[in-house]
Amino acid sequence: MNLHEYQARDILRRHGIPVPPGEVASTPADARAIAERLGGKVVVKAQVHAGGRGKAGGVKLAKTAAEAESHAKAILGMTIKGLTVQKVLIAPAAEIASESYVGIIVDRASQRPVLMVSSAGGIDIEEVAAKTPDKIHQLAVDPRYGLLQHQALALGFKLYSDVKQARAAADIMQKLYTAVYAVGASLAEINPLVTTPDGTVQALDAKIAIDDNELERRPEIAALRDVSAEAPAEVAAREAGLTFIKLEGDVGCCVNGAGLAMATMDLVKYYGGEPANFLDIGGSSNPQKVVAALRIITGDPNVKAILFNIFGGITRGDDVANGIVQATQAFPLKVPMVIRLTGTNEKEGIAILERAGFAALADMDEAVKQAVAKAKGKAA
Amino acid sequence: MSIFIDNTTRLVVQGITGRDGSFHGKQMMAYGTKVVAGVTPGKGAQRFEDAVPVFNTVAEAVHETKANTAVIYVPAAVAASAIFEAADAGLGLIVCITEGIPVLDMTRVLPYVHERGARLIGPNCPGLISPGKSKVGIIPGNICKPGKIGVVSRSGTLTYEIIHQLSTNGLGQSTCVGIGGDPLIGTNFIHCLRAFDADPETAAIVMIGEIGGTDEQQAAEFVKSGVKKPVVGFIAGQTAPPGRRMGHAGAIISGSSGTAAEKMAALSSAGISVMKRPADVVPLLKERL
Repeated sequence: MNLHEYQARDILRRHGIPVPPGEVASTPADARAIAERLGGKVVVKAQVHAGGRGKAGGVKLAKTAAEAESHAKAILGMTIKGLTVQKVLIAPAAEIASESYVGIIVDRASQRPVLMVSSAGGIDIEEVAAKTPDKIHQLAVDPRYGLLQHQALALGFKLYSDVKQARAAADIMQKLYTAVYAVGASLAEINPLVTTPDGTVQALDAKIAIDDNELERRPEIAALRDVSAEAPAEVAAREAGLTFIKLEGDVGCCVNGAGLAMATMDLVKYYGGEPANFLDIGGSSNPQKVVAALRIITGDPNVKAILFNIFGGITRGDDVANGIVQATQAFPLKVPMVIRLTGTNEKEGIAILERAGFAALADMDEAVKQAVAKAKGKAA
Repeated sequence: MSIFIDNTTRLVVQGITGRDGSFHGKQMMAYGTKVVAGVTPGKGAQRFEDAVPVFNTVAEAVHETKANTAVIYVPAAVAASAIFEAADAGLGLIVCITEGIPVLDMTRVLPYVHERGARLIGPNCPGLISPGKSKVGIIPGNICKPGKIGVVSRSGTLTYEIIHQLSTNGLGQSTCVGIGGDPLIGTNFIHCLRAFDADPETAAIVMIGEIGGTDEQQAAEFVKSGVKKPVVGFIAGQTAPPGRRMGHAGAIISGSSGTAAEKMAALSSAGISVMKRPADVVPLLKERL
């Protein structure tokens, strides 16, 4: 789960990291009131889960509160990478002497949280990593002891030659490390970490992504989810316990298991079709999930054929079959459907489908070929 | 032979009285796995299915039954704790089926397990099976057949698909291992490739990877540097759009180092025969055997 910049800034502030003031507004009038309170020049920043906000016109400088209001009016409701802006952050336009990067991710290779710093901050860090990897300094932290003071200070000196600034940066790094474990973050970035003309070190912008597996035990973090900032079909899928990602093709796919779902999409492409989505009904056995899945797939007007690929393990074939039958009774399908069903309770599942007038195939390749042909309007 | 589990495997099931633990406990017993103990705190002194003694702690279970392997079916909220407990009890092999363990918990679990010399398989995995000998986890026993193909996979149901293709075409398996789809896992491709290469009854290896991370590229380097047996590989996620999660936490395309195309190229250049689709596994193996 991604957090908005203003939410990430709140978390940093709560962990004692210096963050410039700033408040979030949902209306132009609120934006004006905040700008008046802050006084002086402000920036108006779109709060959406998308990179490249500046390039899309979602970040604007305002000299007066009136200008902040008109910028907010322009930015609120604007669409950035398919997402509608619902909130803007109003923050003082800081004078910046230098920009650095500080980030923490869990690294698969070392199996540890890795702290990354670079004096080339303010821009896309992946670009820095690709073009000038020597400008990025990394440290794999031993999670049993946490980020030690001397380790943080050594990285602080990679950013600043001034000892006061190096110490301030080290303190921020240690606090960021603590925050990662406290909120269950899979990624936490301060970009840029700035110095102002008077020499203070501050976190100007922040990005935090929460590991979805943390949300159950952290209701206060789960409550930060902004449903309005996500695609509606993906929200519906999550609420039904499914994983769904919309794509551009016309073969709607419904599969159990992420790996098999990806392999099914690949096979659709192999036989000349285009998958309309990734959809994993997960490992559990619940007919209602299948009903929800079919509702989501049929809600996509691009879908011309539906393909089920079920290899029963924990998932039982009879549960899936019951779900398909219940769904088609609740809302008749307007497009052809091809079902592949094998594994646990396949005989029971196939019997249920046949009683309702559906056929089931045993072979994955055959099912995919038929679905692709039907999406193209051909008889399989 | 086989890798990791065989007729000498003595299994303790953590969470044996729970919904998943009891269902799969029975399935494993029916398959012939030596299920010697169960653990559910508060249910010590009970018997599971009138046969398997249940203990309050893993340490007691190990002491009383000489269990050497644990399988974990407990809920995600207590799964990290269950792995710590199994490692503390001195078990050499710990298989964690549970899905949904926070990655930050795993950063603390993995060094603890390694320091005690244990092998963890998973979490978020289907477990493993040495057909005809022992099954630890949830891989359906009826789709497997004893034989000479070693299978290692990051996926669950996709593994079943590949095993199904093998079995229905007369290619039995020595051991099938599901290593799990999470970013931090205890046993990776390289560990399994090394074990299969050393196993005299494995003649060829099938590895099933997916987008995200660089484990498959590292495995390819390892194969190039000295795996003697033929390897056939598959990468799921060729059509996945960049930057999106596809269900598994592990399946994130990060930069240019996690795409299916890049992984398939790495496999090819290491002399691994790369499948374009699951059904290719049989002809490619037959070419190499």
